Amino acid sequence: MIAGVAGGLAERLRVDAVVLRLAFVVLALAGGAGVVAYLGLFLVMGWPKPDAEPDPAPVAGARRALSVALVVGGILLLCREAGLWFGDEIVWPAALAVLGSAVIWTRGDGAHRARWLRRVPMGEVLEGRGARVRAIVGVGLFALGAWALMSATDLFDNAPLAVAAVLLGLAVIAGPWVWRLVRQVADERRERIRQEERAEMAAHLHDSVLQTLALIQRADEPGEMVALARGQERELRTWLYGKTASVPGSLSAALDEVAAEVETAHRTRVEVVMVGDCEVDDGVRALVHACREAMVNAARHSGTRGVSVYVEVEDDQVTAFVRDQGVGFSRAGIPADRHGIAESIERRMERNGGVAVIESEPGQGTEVALRIPRSRA
Amino acid sequence: MIRVFIVEDHELFASGIKTELGEDFEVVGHAGTVKEAVDGVLGTEPDVVLLDVHLPDGSGASAAESVLAEREDVRFLALSVSDAAEDVIAVIRAGARGYVTKSISPAELADAIRRVHEGDAVFSPRLAGFVLDAFSGAGSSGDPELDQLTPREREVLRYIARGYSYKEIASELSISGRTVESHVSAVLRKLQLTSRYELSRWATERRLD
Repeated sequence: MIAGVAGGLAERLRVDAVVLRLAFVVLALAGGAGVVAYLGLFLVMGWPKPDAEPDPAPVAGARRALSVALVVGGILLLCREAGLWFGDEIVWPAALAVLGSAVIWTRGDGAHRARWLRRVPMGEVLEGRGARVRAIVGVGLFALGAWALMSATDLFDNAPLAVAAVLLGLAVIAGPWVWRLVRQVADERRERIRQEERAEMAAHLHDSVLQTLALIQRADEPGEMVALARGQERELRTWLYGKTASVPGSLSAALDEVAAEVETAHRTRVEVVMVGDCEVDDGVRALVHACREAMVNAARHSGTRGVSVYVEVEDDQVTAFVRDQGVGFSRAGIPADRHGIAESIERRMERNGGVAVIESEPGQGTEVALRIPRSRA
Repeated sequence: MIRVFIVEDHELFASGIKTELGEDFEVVGHAGTVKEAVDGVLGTEPDVVLLDVHLPDGSGASAAESVLAEREDVRFLALSVSDAAEDVIAVIRAGARGYVTKSISPAELADAIRRVHEGDAVFSPRLAGFVLDAFSGAGSSGDPELDQLTPREREVLRYIARGYSYKEIASELSISGRTVESHVSAVLRKLQLTSRYELSRWATERRLD
């Protein structure tokens, strides 16, 4: 309950965890031996796995609980001989009371227990013949222990102490029940989180993949289908592997974004290959914009359905190549009023201290090479 | 006719490839797990194995390693949707002669299989990028033991990453197609021989970025 020692031990020994917890309580009374044992075991076992499921099945019945009781009794006698002792009048009655609590809170058979772990209203403890006998015997033992303790220590004469003792007694009786209730609430919370995750996944798939699949079935053109599938693949990848793929604000993230945009708008394939990465400053931003312009030109005019983009980041510069294997063009054949290449690519690069070289021949495809120096931080 | 074995756990994709290749290749077998793949490949003795990088019971790399330990002459071509550099490099280091993505066109795939069968290395632009990245990271350590890429090899890889075919690279650099092939094969060999430590350090750095 504190560090999961009793629970872990219970699983190993196939005994009810409640019995072991109570055993530790009794041993704690024996000059603190229980506390020492608990800490020692904790050091050996370490923290329990946070989402390890409680395993309700392998709990054997009364015989194992009895053997734990005998072991505890033996240790108590040992402690008494060794002088680790608060006194007969305290420890024995307290042990008796704890034994009573243990009798109430342990259950023999597995089937009963499985139900019990799921839902534990206080009343169910008293249901069934065996349980009722158990409860009566338990409360009886507990009362006997409590009475012995109080009469032995003159607690009846001291009102505040008596009240405290009664409260403590109630805690020992009701403690396991409260604990199970708390655990049940935690289990329910975990289950709810799991369901929410599933719902979120379902919602996402519904909004993305399922819609796209429906669209693909209705699309007439193969090109349209390819573009839809491509866009969906990209989106799903981002969603699944998201943040690990590229750092926000990095050149690779900016390029991926631009490539996705061009792919969607122009129904083409943009294959981006990157070597190295860096942050986006003004120069790099200009390079990304120029890349985008080159991609759009390739998508619009090349007549092919594929654009290769290669970007390499070196210590002193960033270079980018945007290439298609389409129809190509000759510079002379472009009307002077079309500003695309001159303004958006060449001047933009020059303004930022970079260079753009455009190579193309009719029938030989086009490659735009961009280079920008890196500003030293 | 080139005998091809397909290792691919997605039935639909595998049968798609089978149909595409049907005309010019003989598909001698198909496996969906590492175990089936090793048994199947050793049993059918194909010329080229198309190898998925991820399989339900392990990696394509482990399948390639197990087969190559028995028979050195089987050639592997990795085929994957995986974009993770570590996975791709791992399968190449295990002995695959090339890597292409699953979105490759049927004609390109057929061409890649032929080239792998002839003993050439098949580098997609993406693989070329990964390799350049791997060696630039490893080179900065200044380890003299490390097999570095020559400037020419680097140049060839850059062209591949830019989307050039071997033929186009040959004419750009005024060298023969055979020379381009031998540069790429040399890069493949270096990739397979470079110390595991250097490349795993590179992989770790990438993940931390």
